[in-house]
Amino acid sequence: MNTGYNFAYLDEQTKRMVRRAILKAVAIPGHQVPFGSREMPLPYGWGTGGIQLTASIIGPDDVLKVIDQGADDTTNAVSIRRFFARTAGVAPTTRTGDASIIQTRHRIPEKPLREDQIIVYQVPQPEPLSRLEPSRAETRRMHALSEYGLMHVKLYEDITRFGHVAISYDYPVMVNHRYLMAPSPIPAFDNPKLHMMPALQLFGAGREKRIYAVPPWTDVRSLDFDDHPFRAARAPHSCGLCGATDGYLDEVVVDDRGGRLFVCSDTDHCETRRAAGHTGADALAAE
Amino acid sequence: MSEDTLLSASRLTLRFGAVPALVEVDAELWPGEVLAVVGESGSGKTTLLNVLSGRLRPQSGVVWYRDPEGRLHDVHAMPLPALRALHRSDWGFVHQNPRENLRLGVTAGGNVGERLMAQGSRHYGRIREEAIGWLRQVEIDADRVDDLPRTFSGGMLQRLQIARTLVTHPRLVFMDEPTGGLDVSVQARLLDLIRSLVSRLGIAAVLVTHDLAVARLLAHRIMVMQRGRVVEAGLTDQVLDDPRHEYTQLLVSSVLQA
Ligand SMILES: Nc1ncnc2c1ncn2[C@@H]1O[C@H](COP(=O)(O)OP(=O)(O)OP(=O)(O)O)[C@@H](O)[C@H]1O
Ligand SMILES: [Mg+2]
Repeated sequence: MNTGYNFAYLDEQTKRMVRRAILKAVAIPGHQVPFGSREMPLPYGWGTGGIQLTASIIGPDDVLKVIDQGADDTTNAVSIRRFFARTAGVAPTTRTGDASIIQTRHRIPEKPLREDQIIVYQVPQPEPLSRLEPSRAETRRMHALSEYGLMHVKLYEDITRFGHVAISYDYPVMVNHRYLMAPSPIPAFDNPKLHMMPALQLFGAGREKRIYAVPPWTDVRSLDFDDHPFRAARAPHSCGLCGATDGYLDEVVVDDRGGRLFVCSDTDHCETRRAAGHTGADALAAE
Repeated sequence: MSEDTLLSASRLTLRFGAVPALVEVDAELWPGEVLAVVGESGSGKTTLLNVLSGRLRPQSGVVWYRDPEGRLHDVHAMPLPALRALHRSDWGFVHQNPRENLRLGVTAGGNVGERLMAQGSRHYGRIREEAIGWLRQVEIDADRVDDLPRTFSGGMLQRLQIARTLVTHPRLVFMDEPTGGLDVSVQARLLDLIRSLVSRLGIAAVLVTHDLAVARLLAHRIMVMQRGRVVEAGLTDQVLDDPRHEYTQLLVSSVLQA
């Protein structure tokens, strides 16, 4: 651990400021709380919002898992994990069940989270109405008055044009029957996991300087119509490595002849299953 | 305010600097009644409409609205959420320029259905059916329901705006020069449509126009404004056939000359 830094890089005053914003966010589920986002030694888009949240809640005894698109071994995940190993000396893990804090970009782990865990999402755009209403003053008013007809107009238009709601990532949700919230660019497949999750969910947007939260056991509903109910879509395949039919799959190119393979995007989920003896149809070919 | 009055304003005053946009204006509106506000440009018509509908606060005076349960509301003392809810359901606003009110990147059906969705309708099929029904009522072909308004003519846009406004069955509609900026033949058709909709649905309306012919065709009563003051008010035919105030006489005679 590098002692040239304060614990977890941020100074104590900044951490207190972030924690106050977190407490407010937890008290008003789904409401975006402004915070004085700091410059971090990583570029925006690398999860500076999530990193500041993690830095403010992490302690020396925490066990940290960092994933990007479900994987622990991508560049982004590795560098964030290294950052906290260097500045906080915390124990890293890739196992969902062993982590006390999970920082994530684009996925929620397949293994259900517990009450003693916290999941921190990296958020590029916290405002779910941003693409429909460019004025920040107007979207704030819409949230204040819970006027979300416009979002349903967007869903109406999708069904009219495509026969279904054409949002596959960052699918908007209503939190606690009150606030419309962007769940960050997780696949719509993960949306049902947001609902009544035992773990605390924190969302941080560094560039946009917003924090929001979903406390444990909170009602989170994906917007839909009665006659076009929300569906958590996934590719109709099983994982080529572990045979899972329940998890979210990535399609990967396996050779230069256009060979393709569907594999679990959650690498821990896949490894855990294989360690337990499950195999998929392509397990040998992929070796 | 008498027992069945829908909207009642007393002594509304609003000055913009030295400009007296409204001076001690009184107005009353009964359910199902159309009230025309006429006067030359700058006489305070739009200002009055905005003050009556709570969009603009007067410096003095009060506006009362009676809701369907018979409760009275001081429009300018209502909490903002309640006022916005009123504007989304019980009230409607038809602008002179439909582009200000419509979403041009959203289909005709989405435009008409928006107020239903804002009120909590969550059945796509029923919202769409309702939108198609309203397009028919404003004489737009049902097969245009999935088209974007930018492919519509000016008259169609105005009719679409009316459908979008009436879909929640408002009891009171504010209209600011709804036929302004349209060709004469298009105007005539639109006026016929507004007249039949308003009478069939029993909608009360405050209609701002500088066109006395429009007032005569649509309005039961008329208010004549000059420099922020109401100089004459009464039954439309009486006021236009036998104007008392010289300014009204001037207005009526200038129409006859035109
Ligand atoms: N926001 C404002 N700031 C300053 N002056 C204003 C404002 N709005 C209106 N006025 C002035 O108040 C007077 C009444 O304006 P208003 O728009 O109500 O007239 P109008 O009868 O609707 O006219 P028109 O027929 O041209 O639409 C005018 O002199 C106008 O210039
Ligand atoms: Mg005007």
